[in-house]
Amino acid sequence: MNIKILGAFAAVALLAACADQTTETKGAGQTHSIVPGSQEDLVANVGDRVFYDLNRSTLRADGKATLDKQAAWLKQYGSNNVQIAGNCDERGTTEYNLALGQRRANAAASYLKAKGVAAARMTTISYGKDRPTAMGSNEQAWAQNRNATTSVR
Amino acid sequence: MIHLPSATLRRRDMMVAAASSLIVAARPEPVRAQALRPLAGGGGGAGQSAVIDVDKARVEPIPIAIPDIGGPDGASSQLGRDISGVIRADLARSGLFRVIDPAAYIQSGPSRGDTPNFQNWRPTGAQALVTGKTEAQGGGGVRVEFRLWDILPQAQIQGTAYTTTQSNWRRIAHIMADVIYERLLGEKGYFDTRVVYIGATGPKDRRTKRLAIMDQDSENNRFLTDGSWLVLTPRFHPTRDQIAFMSYANNRPRVYLFDLGSGRQTVLGDFNGMTFAPRFGPDGGSVVMAVINGGGSDIVVTDVGGRGPHKLTDSGAIDVSPCFSPDGRQIAFASDRGGDQQIYVMDAGGGGAKRISFGSGKYATPVWSPRGDLIAFTRYGGDESDFSIGVMRPDGSGERILSTGWLVEGPTFAPNGRVLMFWKETRGQGARGAGFTSRLYSVDITGFNERVVPTPTDASDPAWSPLPA
Repeated sequence: MNIKILGAFAAVALLAACADQTTETKGAGQTHSIVPGSQEDLVANVGDRVFYDLNRSTLRADGKATLDKQAAWLKQYGSNNVQIAGNCDERGTTEYNLALGQRRANAAASYLKAKGVAAARMTTISYGKDRPTAMGSNEQAWAQNRNATTSVR
Repeated sequence: MIHLPSATLRRRDMMVAAASSLIVAARPEPVRAQALRPLAGGGGGAGQSAVIDVDKARVEPIPIAIPDIGGPDGASSQLGRDISGVIRADLARSGLFRVIDPAAYIQSGPSRGDTPNFQNWRPTGAQALVTGKTEAQGGGGVRVEFRLWDILPQAQIQGTAYTTTQSNWRRIAHIMADVIYERLLGEKGYFDTRVVYIGATGPKDRRTKRLAIMDQDSENNRFLTDGSWLVLTPRFHPTRDQIAFMSYANNRPRVYLFDLGSGRQTVLGDFNGMTFAPRFGPDGGSVVMAVINGGGSDIVVTDVGGRGPHKLTDSGAIDVSPCFSPDGRQIAFASDRGGDQQIYVMDAGGGGAKRISFGSGKYATPVWSPRGDLIAFTRYGGDESDFSIGVMRPDGSGERILSTGWLVEGPTFAPNGRVLMFWKETRGQGARGAGFTSRLYSVDITGFNERVVPTPTDASDPAWSPLPA
């Protein structure tokens, strides 16, 4: 759901800014262009984030599926380096969540490495509970905020 | 006479550019103290002294009269009124004094600083009385004479004159409030102290966080960073000259030291992984913090120059939030090595870790009282259950919850160990989190006297400074 929202934002931004795109993708029911290998491409066509269960840093099956696609995408765009940011919901303490977020980022990075992405292409960072993507204080928001998010650097 | 601490800080008012932000040096100016010749009391006084032992029992607040301090001219008198107001506010906020309403004073006009007419003060119900006078001095200086009187025995308890710059008058007031607190309650106060914290603005998903510092009564607030980078968890050095904190400068989250004299920020040590959760050792020469290592986080201690880092834990678990005992011999920390996060105490050299928290839920952010008798903590459970701030003895016994709320976190002790500050967040309603706030609070270790600590923006991560040496 969150990915769709981000995709829609990216679509609006791109429609406003770009006219000479080479590929077309579907997003929020509109037809628009996205630069292959860009962050927008990663968000819209691959999935930039994987989600974790409460207080856990072990990858779920849906997360592994997303990371498999990320690994393939990173092989296709071999000059892309990425940062993987680990995030937590707000129902923990700052310092513990900094460590938990790092574990989540590390789990995603380790999986990508095992799938053939060179470690030198990846950096990790943890924001603990300080960079929520969903602002609500409910389980739906917390589930969104327990993630590791990959971004092109 | 009582010897009062006379600060030896030098004034440094230079502007220093540091890490893309302009920082104004944020050290307080010094105050000089000088004992006054004691004045004779009224004589023949009899009755209960205002002096009590605050540790003996939970006491009724001490009734005290603090008439406006006078001066020879308009400007001096205004300064005297301002100083008296700050003293009244400090003592009243502590909950341990009942400041008699000035409207009930029989003697009108300012006090003159000489021996009071005790007959005029007994009917107010006050047991203690503060008198004094202010006098402007050349070069923007000010001299404040201050006497504390025990009304029923008709005796002078304290007499001191303070000199400083006029702009530094608040510090004189806080020092006087500390002296009153100490002379009447038998233990040191906490009013001439400051608080560092994180000031936050902006929507929840794009917060701008800045390092901030203010006096304990929320005055003289200053922001020390400009919000370019996320900053978290500031803590005071024992001398109050430095702050250890975490900064995301250049997207490399590390522990930094912030020098309040120069405004300079220095990264602490050279670690491959994130460093966080710093606290100074009680001797001021070392910092204990957490460092990411592979899948876990370890506790390390390093000297304040970042040299000689020494690993104290290596459990593969998440070991965080280390805090020295005030005697420097032990370290409390939080760890999920046993499953849920709990509080452990180990030897300061590492090893001998013993779990001390056994209540329901998870335990985090252990902070040792400067008195050594208690460890404060944050306790929490599932996503939907409230958080609590509490204290327990260092062996884990005697747990008491002091405050509970949707999110309460991060206790820090006043230097006398009698008051805690922490932060409290309200639950945002709706998808965009409307109604979310984050504010500082204080509460006595008895659980009484909880109150908001005002800040100009949303706030979190408070750390209370020690008293000046």
